Amino acid sequence: MKLASSRRLAGITAISALALTLAACGGGDGDDTSTDGDTGGDNGGASADLSGSIAGSGASSQENAVGGWIAGFTEANPDVTVTYDPTGSGTGREQFLNGTVLFAGSDAAMDEEELASGVERCFGGEVIELPLYISPIAVIYNLPSVDAEHINMDAATIAGVFAGEITNWNDPAIADANPDVELPDLPIVPVNRSDESGTTENFTEYLTAAAGDVWTHGPVETWPISGTQSGAQTSGMIDVVSGAEGTIGYADASRAGDLGTVAVGVGEEFVPFSPEAAAKIIDVSPATADATDLRLTIDLARDTTEAGTYPIVLVSYSIACSVYDNEADAANVAGYLNYVASPEGQDRAAQPDVAGSAPISDDLRERVIAALDQITVAG
Amino acid sequence: MSVTTPPVPVRTTRRLPRWAPIPVLVASLLLAAGIQFLGDGPTIAGVFFIGAILFGIIMTVTSRVVEGERYAKDRLATTLVTFAFLLALIPLVSLLWIVIRDGVKRFSWEFLTTDMTGIYGQMVEGGAFHAIIGTVYVTGIASIIAIPLGIFTAIYLVEYGRGPLSRGITVLVDVMTGIPSIVAGLFAFTLFLVIVGPAYKSALIGGIALAVLMTPVVVRSVEEMLRLVPNELREASYALGVPKWLTIVKVVLRTAIAGITTGVMIAIARVIGETAPLLLTVGIATAVNWDAFDGRIATLPVFVYRQYAQGGASADRAWAAALTLIIIVMLLNLVARLVSRYFSPKGAR
Amino acid sequence: MAVTDSPPSEPEAPPKVRAGRAPGRLGNRVFQGISTASGIFILVILAAVAIFLLVRAWPAVTAAPSAFEDVGFMLGRDLWSWVWPLLFGTAISSVIALVVAVPLSIGIGLFISHYAPRRLAQGLGYLIDLLAAIPSVIFGLWGIQWLQPLVSPLFTWLSTNPATAWLEENVGPTIFSGYQAPARNILTAGLVLAIMVLPIITATVREVFLQTPRLHEEASLALGATRWEMIRQAVLPFGRSGVISATMLGLGRALGETMAVLMVLSPGYLINFFLLQPGQHQSIAANIASHFPEASGIGVDALIASGLILFVMTFGVNLVARWIIARRAEFSGAN
Repeated sequence: MKLASSRRLAGITAISALALTLAACGGGDGDDTSTDGDTGGDNGGASADLSGSIAGSGASSQENAVGGWIAGFTEANPDVTVTYDPTGSGTGREQFLNGTVLFAGSDAAMDEEELASGVERCFGGEVIELPLYISPIAVIYNLPSVDAEHINMDAATIAGVFAGEITNWNDPAIADANPDVELPDLPIVPVNRSDESGTTENFTEYLTAAAGDVWTHGPVETWPISGTQSGAQTSGMIDVVSGAEGTIGYADASRAGDLGTVAVGVGEEFVPFSPEAAAKIIDVSPATADATDLRLTIDLARDTTEAGTYPIVLVSYSIACSVYDNEADAANVAGYLNYVASPEGQDRAAQPDVAGSAPISDDLRERVIAALDQITVAG
Repeated sequence: MSVTTPPVPVRTTRRLPRWAPIPVLVASLLLAAGIQFLGDGPTIAGVFFIGAILFGIIMTVTSRVVEGERYAKDRLATTLVTFAFLLALIPLVSLLWIVIRDGVKRFSWEFLTTDMTGIYGQMVEGGAFHAIIGTVYVTGIASIIAIPLGIFTAIYLVEYGRGPLSRGITVLVDVMTGIPSIVAGLFAFTLFLVIVGPAYKSALIGGIALAVLMTPVVVRSVEEMLRLVPNELREASYALGVPKWLTIVKVVLRTAIAGITTGVMIAIARVIGETAPLLLTVGIATAVNWDAFDGRIATLPVFVYRQYAQGGASADRAWAAALTLIIIVMLLNLVARLVSRYFSPKGAR
Repeated sequence: MAVTDSPPSEPEAPPKVRAGRAPGRLGNRVFQGISTASGIFILVILAAVAIFLLVRAWPAVTAAPSAFEDVGFMLGRDLWSWVWPLLFGTAISSVIALVVAVPLSIGIGLFISHYAPRRLAQGLGYLIDLLAAIPSVIFGLWGIQWLQPLVSPLFTWLSTNPATAWLEENVGPTIFSGYQAPARNILTAGLVLAIMVLPIITATVREVFLQTPRLHEEASLALGATRWEMIRQAVLPFGRSGVISATMLGLGRALGETMAVLMVLSPGYLINFFLLQPGQHQSIAANIASHFPEASGIGVDALIASGLILFVMTFGVNLVARWIIARRAEFSGAN
């Protein structure tokens, strides 16, 4: 009861704030949705005239961040209901293309075929793909006897460990990179995800790009090696790694908790994960060959040698249409994604108790907002 | 009766005194603790496990020496059978203990009455209200389908069924009891995929899946109850000129109503915790979905699994939801037992 | 709305006997029709389960092996070489469950029927039944949180004791070789399954033991038999077929159990008997639950095909169990 009444109070405050904005905006409504875009960058998409509901579905990696974004967005726009079903990337894209949802989250960019069917779904417009969720993947290990903050490993070592070629923690390959750390004589137990996961795909993409001669299985969604310890979902992974000494796995960095994390070798130095280091890789990576102003898809330079870059990241795209068939949808989707891209939205997701993601750079934000400005209504 | 206390056989050999097992048990446990001290130090599990083995050995050997081989075997059998029972209690007790210990952290009235709207990341608020509603919906749909279907089928089998059709139904109902829950989920999924299309998600699909699992359980228990109704009652009713259908409704069903209620409640308790079919068919949602025929809906078992999968602060919610689920199941079972104990007509026993 | 007509009077008029006509004929016919239709409808449902699964599984069954190359979770295998290890994993986990659960259940059944004081027996029976009521997802949580750490020292000992080490050196790897913590292997999964099928087997076994003719038991005791000798002479022979059919029922349940296996097992797609190594086996049901949410296209069809195989398997097992029970009912003259 108490909670409900305080929520109502918050609602009232928001509505009165909204009334003020309304007055300030004047006659800014109508089909010109780009006004939303302009204001969105500054005040978190608190446009006055947004109401209705929009549904999204897709990548479960974004689930926590989207939860934070929806909460932030509805604080500013209490009349809009945003829902997000973490159905998985593939299902999300499918549901977006067959019109079940208005926006989608996906760990992978759409392929040509999907883009082609996207034209019809988007009422003759185009699919918009925006890299709005950048999450560092930590390589986590369970070695209670090691009190160093991080263990250093270069790409070839990580690949060797997960390919089962480096089998003991005191292997010279690890010891040489960690002269100051007393490494135990303990078998390494590599742990992987047992279900399909974007985390696995991004991690193996990194292994392939940075140490392709050691990791020969290529980038895969399902772990290719049999006979390994594994867990379903991120929790399963964390449970397994926490469950025994000598384990090593990979998981969303925000979930590393008390477990040790590996500092990854990039160029001449070893970089522990941090939001800044993770965000940096987006800036040093080129766009994909088929990227446009609307589809800001990135070809991650996972083998980068740029100093201070953390190369193991998961980039999850927010997918929307450039054309919707009614005004409310266009305005709501644009308003919501503008909030997501805003500094406020990105900072919210970056908080460790939300999703611990890496905020996008200002440069990328400009391009995102430019793309969102092009969302219009059909006809 | 004499079975539980067998008559004392003609005494040709010496017997151990009746209290003999007690000091042996104490000694075995102490010895087990002692052995553990030599190793890594005693653990409760270790003391009981090793103590049990020691007790079995010491008791059998002593009995072999004092009483002879036949009695030694008898004592060994008694020990093994008792330990089998105690061993089976370990999972039950530990499971209830863990669920209660970890569940009470977040279990509160607020947990039962709030949903997950606006809850994200490591927030500790939020609750299972939407999942409880969803579970009520899905189980309700399953019950609406399965209970009448099950009761009428049971009536057919007991009152009307003759010949191969009736025998076939009996066998297939039994076989249906063994359908894996995930297969029922796949069935409901494909049914709606073929008929309605891929985009449709609702509590209805989950309800159908659970109905497939629930119907045979209802048939079996109702059938058993109807067979307990003495034929004299039916014949007395016919003799008074009451038509058969009214006899069934007013005499047979009324006599068996307590048993039927019990059976139905146990059937509900059986399906209310099904996870796998709901994971495939209804998914999860963060807010209450009041529409049973449109949209994804959260259910308690899936909520438990999803919250566990998210980990962190959500894990506490998973345990609290597990506690909620167990409380519901236990209540259903308890009420079912009470109904059968206090409302059964005396003649039916 | 119907507050006024709440008294227990039936909405229909009381039947009146009329000359030359059986009373309530229409009612009889309608009621019999509904009942028969319900019975037939159950058959329809069962047929529908098989047909709908078959319809969706057919594309996968008839597809060329190359069609599955894009399905990530099949690891580049064709349908059959993908299903075989799953079938094997399903079978081995169920067999482990039965090997553990059947002797225990017989013990518990005997304890409740012949050892425990009569007054206590029924309550103890309920206690075991409670295990059956606990949702499987909670068994999964319990398995991770409680059982895995508990059995780990035992598994370590099984894997490293002198006998295993000697065999490994002189004969080759044994079923206990190569334990790796945490205990997410097929043996742990089998143990959790054992606990889940225990109440099902116990319930049947207990009933059968209780039906042992009292005269047989008393005759045995009168001849001077100890309690155990009486059980061996009278109770066990009488209950043998009951134990077999209970085992089959338990098998049917173990084959289809999903969540607990999904949560406690590190899956793999191999065919071997290394019970303590992780990532060797997986059951059909857990595999479906694990991959279904993210599957699309022919992957969904392949999963449904594996579900169909599971359905046929449990159907067969249950059918055999019922056949054994039916045969016993004819022979024993009980009931």
